[in-house]
Amino acid sequence: MATDYVIAKQVSKHFGHQQVLNQIDLTLPAGMIYGLIGPSGAGKTTLIKSILGMEAVDSGTVKVMDTVMPNRAVMAQVGYMAQSDALYETLTARENLTLFGQLMSVPKIKLAQMIDYVAGLVDLTSQLDKRVSGYSGGMKRRLSLAIALIQDPQLLILDEPTVGIDPELRQQIWTELNKLKDTGKSMLVTTHVMDEAERCDYLMLIRHGIALAEGTPAALKQQYAVDTIEQVFLKAGRMQDANDGNR
Amino acid sequence: MRTMAIVRRVFKQMLRDKRTLALMFLAPLLIMTLMYFLFQNNTTQVASLGVHHVDQSVVNVIDTKNVTIHHYDSSQARKMIKQHDLDGYLTQKNGQLTITYSNSNPTNTSLIKASLQSGLVKLKMKTLVTVTKKQRAALESQQAALKKLTAAQTQATVTKLKTAIAQAQARGDQATAEKLQKQLKQATATTSSSTQSAKATSYTTKSHYIYGSSDSTFFESFLPAFLGFFVFFFVFLISGVSLLNERTTGTLSRLLATPIRRSEIIMGYLIGYGGFAIIQTVLTVVFTITVFKIHLVGSIWLVFLTNLLLALVALTLGIFISTFANSEFQMIQFIPLIVVPQIFFAGLVPVDGMASWLQAIAHIMPLYYGANALTAVVTKGAGLGDIGVNLLILVGFMVVLTMLNIVGMKRYRKV
Repeated sequence: MATDYVIAKQVSKHFGHQQVLNQIDLTLPAGMIYGLIGPSGAGKTTLIKSILGMEAVDSGTVKVMDTVMPNRAVMAQVGYMAQSDALYETLTARENLTLFGQLMSVPKIKLAQMIDYVAGLVDLTSQLDKRVSGYSGGMKRRLSLAIALIQDPQLLILDEPTVGIDPELRQQIWTELNKLKDTGKSMLVTTHVMDEAERCDYLMLIRHGIALAEGTPAALKQQYAVDTIEQVFLKAGRMQDANDGNR
Repeated sequence: MRTMAIVRRVFKQMLRDKRTLALMFLAPLLIMTLMYFLFQNNTTQVASLGVHHVDQSVVNVIDTKNVTIHHYDSSQARKMIKQHDLDGYLTQKNGQLTITYSNSNPTNTSLIKASLQSGLVKLKMKTLVTVTKKQRAALESQQAALKKLTAAQTQATVTKLKTAIAQAQARGDQATAEKLQKQLKQATATTSSSTQSAKATSYTTKSHYIYGSSDSTFFESFLPAFLGFFVFFFVFLISGVSLLNERTTGTLSRLLATPIRRSEIIMGYLIGYGGFAIIQTVLTVVFTITVFKIHLVGSIWLVFLTNLLLALVALTLGIFISTFANSEFQMIQFIPLIVVPQIFFAGLVPVDGMASWLQAIAHIMPLYYGANALTAVVTKGAGLGDIGVNLLILVGFMVVLTMLNIVGMKRYRKV
């Protein structure tokens, strides 16, 4: 059954005078890794928060799992990893995972299994009972990812998931994300690391709140007649600036 | 279920934060102990008074346990006060007493004032007494002379009558003798009329205390208000800062990315921190009652109940106020604005005597209701019926603030 997990239509949002999102359309089908790339302040996080229903949009609609957002119940089906590690530092990793598992209404028996599973996934099994305050930046990032996976959600929304994670582990995480994808899960990932963008099935370039370009990485490279996504990004940016200048 | 997850988290976090725990549970005990010793002994404050050329009789009556007298050889009050660090200086010119107060410490000024006034009244009484005594002596001597005179007169009459009776009896005139006998009886009767002197009533006072005893101290009268204040202060601070932390570290927004209800978060906080507030209340109340032997007239359960309500108001207020702070430092800035003024309306200054606009302010202070109820229970043994209105108002504060908090969280999630 191929359904679209996320359907965003004509989403616009502004803070004060600044237009943060300008009529963005986004469709995320099942079994896809969708990459949002763009510079800092482009509106990636705002778009994610709008999809989660944490941010009210000015116009346009967002549907997640065929439910119009904001909707509290749908949040249980979405695994979210925030840009900043929002962890309880005085608690251990296990306690953090337990707390969010309980909030996600994971049954008690399943929760113990899930904790072991996600901890193994992010390579934290041996550190589970250490307090988070003693964690390194990379460990915290991995724990955040584990928390996002705790209720085994069909849809994962990951805001800069691999910042501060060493290349080897990053490789592992991407392998794992691909495995998850093969089970029919979908992921919406923001990044500004260009080699990560290449790993996505589909990309959207956001700059100044506008979707500059979208397509598979290969299609984008062909469209802009360049060799890398980085060059696509730079070229699209220059073209946008040139357009703004002409106006 | 989700609420309990939050409660468990709050408990774990608190139990691991030993410093905060110590602050919450030990700091009130420490401050109470300090206050106990500061206000316990009914210390007699002593003011120093310099005197110059004042009649010894005046000096004697002013010299009380509250005022010590120093004699000086100068009439320059201002200079002497400054030089010898006196609280007042008394000089005399003929009958005119002139007093200069340093007034750097109004308490000492009033001590001297009272001493001087009562002393002068005493002095006046004394002179009055001597005058009356003299008058009485004069009266008594006059009376004695009068008595002597009448006695002599009666004696004369008696002898006269007696001789007349003897003569009449000798004459055999029985009728005249009997008549004279009667007159004699009358004459002697007048002399034996007793002299009854009126004795002046001297008044003594015996005091009864409805609440407390003659040993009641400042500490005891303000203790209930302070019990409420401590709970209010610490719960306000700890709950406010912890929610603020949750906001600044992003965990609040992360929590709201789960299906939890906003009300479940607030309820989790209420139950979690409310639990610690209960422990704090029990600890402080039991400590003060057992260690300081404070006389608790009313029910201890009412004290607990009132304090718990006060704690819940502080909790919701702390969470509410933390919305307006962006850092712990800014949260601390709210203490002098929100918490400290409350103590003035907690009964330290009688609210009934305040200006009407100040009274209006008092009535928007949760601590005013809480402290009033606590004082009534502890010192007057008020029952639930007496403080019911106060408790209801506290519940009202709590409900309104809770609603505001739940609505306020919409900032982080729209549903």
